[in-house]
Amino acid sequence: MSFSISKQGEVVVVDVEGQLIVGNRQELKQKVLDELERGEKKFLIDFSQTGYIDSSGLGVLVSLSKKIREQGGELRLANLNDDLQTLFELTKLDTLFQISDTRERALESF
Amino acid sequence: MAEPRVALDVEIPSDVRYIEEVVELATRRCRELHLPSQKCSLNLPVALSEALSNAILRGNAEGNGKHVRVTAVVSDDAVVIDVADQGPAFDMMAEWIDPTTPENVVREEGRGLFLMHSLMDRVEHIHDHGNVVRLTLRRE
Repeated sequence: MSFSISKQGEVVVVDVEGQLIVGNRQELKQKVLDELERGEKKFLIDFSQTGYIDSSGLGVLVSLSKKIREQGGELRLANLNDDLQTLFELTKLDTLFQISDTRERALESF
Repeated sequence: MAEPRVALDVEIPSDVRYIEEVVELATRRCRELHLPSQKCSLNLPVALSEALSNAILRGNAEGNGKHVRVTAVVSDDAVVIDVADQGPAFDMMAEWIDPTTPENVVREEGRGLFLMHSLMDRVEHIHDHGNVVRLTLRRE
């Protein structure tokens, strides 16, 4: 499991590779907060290489969404597979996040 | 009808870094037992991950020297997974909230129990020299 960060135009793109769970959620949080502190405002988290997400992982996404918004920024999510889509619908988090089918669509939505 | 048999029996230290490995092992067993695909890729991994987090962080309070044991028994119609910690008894349901209400959906915490109950066919909490969370996942 790992997180890689790249930049596409003005957008910081975070790829979540593997699981997003209690054991690694702080690492994701810190990486995004570091970028936010550097002045970045637009964030996209891409789940195309993600396995499953537990409640701690979902909690970190909610937390990051708040912190980014507080700094006047925006967070988008992309590439949820069927399982992750089910998870977001079950928890109603699909109503809280702007979710795109593809990375390209998400980038265009900023 | 085949006799129920043990499909998994592992013990891990109280450390969240072990969760992923145990879940991966259980997921592999789930696939070998030919349970429906989404049950092995979503229901089981997420619910088991929640039960393990609870056992490590809440039950054992990450206590040094304490362990969490995971056993899975498979029968013709279901897989029953026990996650047992060595901590003092606690009321798991005391923390229950509905995380889908408009006021709770913005909360960072409180989805673990909800996910366990939503993704499993049955969730039981047994006090037996520690806490045992029993997850039942029917094959169909």
